[in-house]
Amino acid sequence: MIDQVSQLLVGAVDLVAAFLLLYGLHRMASPVTAPSGIFVAGIGMAVAILVTFLDIVGVSAAARPFLPVNIGLALIALVIGGGVSWWGGRKVAMTAMPQMVAIYNGMGGGAAGSIAAVELFARHTTGIVPLVVTLLGALIGAVSFAGSIIAWAKLQSILNKPLRLPFMRYINLFLFLLSLAAGVMIAVLSQSGAVSPDFIYGFFILAMLFGIMLTLPIGGADMPVVISIYNAFTGLAVGLEGFVLQNPALMIAGMVVGAAGLMLTILMARAMNRSIANVLFSNFGDAPTHAHGAIKGEMKPTAPADAGTFMRYAKSVIIVPGYGLAAAQGQQKLFEFVKLLQADGVSVKFAIHPVAGRMPGQMDVLLAEAGVPYDMIFQLDDINTEFAETDVSLVIGANDVVNPAARTDKSSPIFGMPILNADKAKQVYVIKRGQGKGYAGIQNALFYAENCNMVYGDAAAVLATMIEAVRGLGTKAAA
Amino acid sequence: MIHIDSFTGLYIFMLAGFAGWIIIGRVPAILHTPLMSGSNFVHGIVVIGGIIVLLDATTLTERIIGFIAVLLGAGNAAGGYAVTDRMLAMFQTSAHPAHAKRPAHKRAAPHKKV
Repeated sequence: MIDQVSQLLVGAVDLVAAFLLLYGLHRMASPVTAPSGIFVAGIGMAVAILVTFLDIVGVSAAARPFLPVNIGLALIALVIGGGVSWWGGRKVAMTAMPQMVAIYNGMGGGAAGSIAAVELFARHTTGIVPLVVTLLGALIGAVSFAGSIIAWAKLQSILNKPLRLPFMRYINLFLFLLSLAAGVMIAVLSQSGAVSPDFIYGFFILAMLFGIMLTLPIGGADMPVVISIYNAFTGLAVGLEGFVLQNPALMIAGMVVGAAGLMLTILMARAMNRSIANVLFSNFGDAPTHAHGAIKGEMKPTAPADAGTFMRYAKSVIIVPGYGLAAAQGQQKLFEFVKLLQADGVSVKFAIHPVAGRMPGQMDVLLAEAGVPYDMIFQLDDINTEFAETDVSLVIGANDVVNPAARTDKSSPIFGMPILNADKAKQVYVIKRGQGKGYAGIQNALFYAENCNMVYGDAAAVLATMIEAVRGLGTKAAA
Repeated sequence: MIHIDSFTGLYIFMLAGFAGWIIIGRVPAILHTPLMSGSNFVHGIVVIGGIIVLLDATTLTERIIGFIAVLLGAGNAAGGYAVTDRMLAMFQTSAHPAHAKRPAHKRAAPHKKV
């Protein structure tokens, strides 16, 4: 009796939880309803976790004596895992958001893989279909776990250079086939009863090794694609393990994220005019690309104060932020500068390239943190025609996303990638740390253009000087 | 007891996948990061699966791996919620400046000093 009641309760609450998670995600589709969306989803998750403990009435007879220990362990794991992550998520700087998302995502993949491992060790799963699903989820989860940790290490600048071995592609293919083979072995052996634990360990080690090797050669600017694809992977793994555990809430939530992550991945890849396979396997930026045809002219440096003054007397300015702004933590200074310009009647807009930064939409979040209202922020398609009628475009720490070679130079590796037409403005200022090339190792013709001046230095420091210069001029009324 | 056979499972996957695709398809680019970390939070529901296998663990190996599953799953869920909530609280229009519109149920997110 109590069995049936608790099962009914768990089932009903899981159903409500799945609805709340979906509804919450749906509310996150608009900036106005988004904050309540995450709250709704959070409530769904919280009740689902609580009610799961009612499963104690349904545990197998064999596990019953261990129940107090197991419940205690579950509570400890919840408190420690949840507590540490919560603390980290609250405390971390907004600019470190990509690596935080990467590490949380890796945790999800690891959890899915661990669930599969327990199922395999306990031999709860019988029948070929559930077994294959378990192994598939385990493979994807383990790859996502290991890959996300490498992505985190790269974003955290623990791993600085993309590692590229000769024949890397073949090594990876070999590792992938090997882990697949180990999975097949487990599935086949399980049919006849006994699987040595070594097989299971070997399978997981191979899968994780594959995830590591797959991610190591990928460069920093491809991270938006990598993070969203691993997000999709973890979702998929969670969904598959949900089927194994016969839990529809896990299946639905996992698969929704899997599909959403895939969609986002495709959007990101499209913004770079490359396929997902190309991002994962091409070792982009590997071959040092030399100047494609001589670029005429030279880079003309200018003083920050002069550039700031020029913008103060312009009618319209479009700002193109890139990863360099985040790296310099210059977002607050930038908005301060923008407010000064606005006070003097300059029209200021922000233009965001879809893959600017290290994760999808990172620039939007960065500007939001500084307090920039989101109706001042425009995406590529909405603003690209406006550059031609704009007095000044100010490029801050961005490079490849404003490289005109993508439009004109067929031999350029980024040819065909949609770019922001910053070069079409009457005057271009580029704030840049030094004379180095962009991530793709490509010379940027924009920097040599007639209408372009370079402002060298750390973005935050340069902006501080600009603010001072503009303040020194007083308000327009006084001038 | 819920029982989901293979085909029912495929139907659930298909419909859920479709739902995810539609939901994200309408999202403006400005929300891509919060949405990503939001969906990151949603797959944190994996913690439930971890609890289920840990409660049913009989051997030491199962117990250790189950513990790891709950630990990682809880980390995924809590961290995903924390960062998403922080990010979303920052979005504002010029018409509604400052953080005045924050729902009352949230404590103020600590702001980074510059």
